Amino acid sequence: MALLEVQNIHTYYGKIHALKGISLDVDEGEIVTLIGGNGAGKTTTLNTICGITPASEGTIILGGKNITRMRPHAIVAMGVGQSPEGRKIFTRLTVRENLEMGAYARNDAAKIAKDMEFVFETFPRLKEREQQLGGTLSGGEQQMLAIGRALMGQPRIMLLDEPSMGLAPLLVRDIFHIIEYLNKEQGTTILLVEQNAHMALAIASRGYVLQTGNIILTDSARHLQENEMVRKAYLGEN
Amino acid sequence: MVSQEANALRRSEPFIERLQRFGKSMLRSPITLVGTIIIAVIIVQALSNILQGEYDFELFVKQLMVGLAQGSIYALVALGYTLVYGILFMINFAHGEVFMAGTYIGFFAIDAMNKTGFLEQHTLLSLLIVFLVAIVSSVLVAVTLERIAYRPLRNAPRLVPLITAIGASTFLQRAFVGLFGSSPRVYPNVHFYILPQVFHLECNAVDGVETCLGMDLVSGRYPLQFLGIEILFRPFYLVVFLAAIAMMATLWYIVRRTKTGKAMRAVAEDKATASLMGINVDSVIVTTFVLGAALAGAAGVLFALYNRQVVPTMGFAPGLKAFTAAVLGGIGNIPGAAVGGFFLGIVEAVAPSLLNIPNQLENVIAFGMLVLVLIFRPSGILGEVLTEKKA
Ligand SMILES: Nc1ncnc2c1ncn2[C@@H]1O[C@H](COP(=O)(O)OP(=O)(O)OP(=O)(O)O)[C@@H](O)[C@H]1O
Ligand SMILES: [Mg+2]
Repeated sequence: MALLEVQNIHTYYGKIHALKGISLDVDEGEIVTLIGGNGAGKTTTLNTICGITPASEGTIILGGKNITRMRPHAIVAMGVGQSPEGRKIFTRLTVRENLEMGAYARNDAAKIAKDMEFVFETFPRLKEREQQLGGTLSGGEQQMLAIGRALMGQPRIMLLDEPSMGLAPLLVRDIFHIIEYLNKEQGTTILLVEQNAHMALAIASRGYVLQTGNIILTDSARHLQENEMVRKAYLGEN
Repeated sequence: MVSQEANALRRSEPFIERLQRFGKSMLRSPITLVGTIIIAVIIVQALSNILQGEYDFELFVKQLMVGLAQGSIYALVALGYTLVYGILFMINFAHGEVFMAGTYIGFFAIDAMNKTGFLEQHTLLSLLIVFLVAIVSSVLVAVTLERIAYRPLRNAPRLVPLITAIGASTFLQRAFVGLFGSSPRVYPNVHFYILPQVFHLECNAVDGVETCLGMDLVSGRYPLQFLGIEILFRPFYLVVFLAAIAMMATLWYIVRRTKTGKAMRAVAEDKATASLMGINVDSVIVTTFVLGAALAGAAGVLFALYNRQVVPTMGFAPGLKAFTAAVLGGIGNIPGAAVGGFFLGIVEAVAPSLLNIPNQLENVIAFGMLVLVLIFRPSGILGEVLTEKKA
């Protein structure tokens, strides 16, 4: 049984039909990527899983429990973590307070302290800026903080929305290394949304291709890399 | 670095040039000019009154103490406006009635205890009970308001909850008039004596043995020599001030240091992202209303203890003043509400006789102050400049 099962979900923004029956699943320990052009519905899919834009139809099952109608904070408490699009750092909270907020739903103070150490070891730059306000960090640092903050929730599954957006190529490589590391060493299951399909398919085991609210293709990452349509549309090849 | 250099440059600028620059900015915004003229007139008026001996130090100290007490009440109530605004960007115009409701219901508790004599026998315990009753009542009213009047409108255009709040304010006031009548009720006269061994006050000689009750913290007034002047010292004003400071320090600690306080700040900044942290946004908003209402309930009892009456309309004026104080200090800013409250309380107490204007014009002073401050600092004394995102 998959850790996360999304079955035929529909989501609307007022009259706009953003998700038109999306189904996908993610197994324990996997990296699965969701690729698609602008406005395809990638962010909406993640927000629907988290309960921020609830599905009007369909079911979402996490570890065998139906979470479709649950409120976001309850879904997070069930083990879903998200590093949202555009980072969404709390600009008026310090770096440390941002990380503390990531662990809000937890009560194991000793383990939280250890996880904070782990985040600081993984991102030494954040340690240097521990008492600085989130809003004063650079874009790359904010991205590190957003990932660190999601990690602090010790999620069973982490949803990453375009973690490489706006970062310098070297930093993008670092971020992808870290995502791979979290998956391999920490055993975190990851659903990765990326415009950078090259990098995403390189670390994922499987992928889904989303277009205007529909899944148009799903396959192993290797097959998707070789797929003619994917190469043209998302890997920038002719 | 750059701004430091710019500052240094500005400082070394010749005086004449600075004056010219100031003059130019005056001409560019006539309203600043008007504000400057008004402030100049006020200063001249105040100085001439002081020089003519119409206003002296004794009067000032006396009024300063009244102003600090009244300012404490404004500050405590202003915090409720600012807390809710900070998190929902909405002015809770019914907050004055939250203040009134707690005070009014607290009155029934103290009145009952007064009639049975419990108040006299166990004054401290009675006062604790009254504070508790008032705080709980204010909190219940505020939480009910949030649940039935504001929460359903969370995603409505901003004007909608604002108008609802005005409606709620009128509704509460009218409901209390309907239930309890519109005439004022006299608050019991409370005597709370402390330290009879230290303060030889309120003494009685019985059979040649003198026994002292000590200092009456609530209703006592004692002549006091102070820097060569004699004033009638009322300890309760000091109590109100210290209680307000203690409550504000507690609030500050909660907001800055506790997990709940950090969650409040996260929710204030971005509700969707806060919910992704596992924060229950609704319950954090309720907590905010609870904190504001608790401060208002406590402030109401302090207010009634020296104002000595309760009436269903008693929330209106302090509510409006406290709102003014919150805007003066910079709405949404917690230290701002405190600064604005004290500032308004003191100006209101000191200004009428300092400027030799009739006491009835007290409200003109309050709102005139507001306009003056907003001319020079549109976002309030401690307010940050509103960014696009927040505004
Ligand atoms: N708050 C909103 N209100 C109305 N429509 C929205 C809203 N958010 C998204 N949409 C619409 O829903 C569709 C899917 O948007 P979504 O943000 O999920 O796309 P995306 O795949 O994440 O795109 P991108 O790669 O640009 O981030 C788009 O057509 C978008 O215009
Ligand atoms: Mg997106």
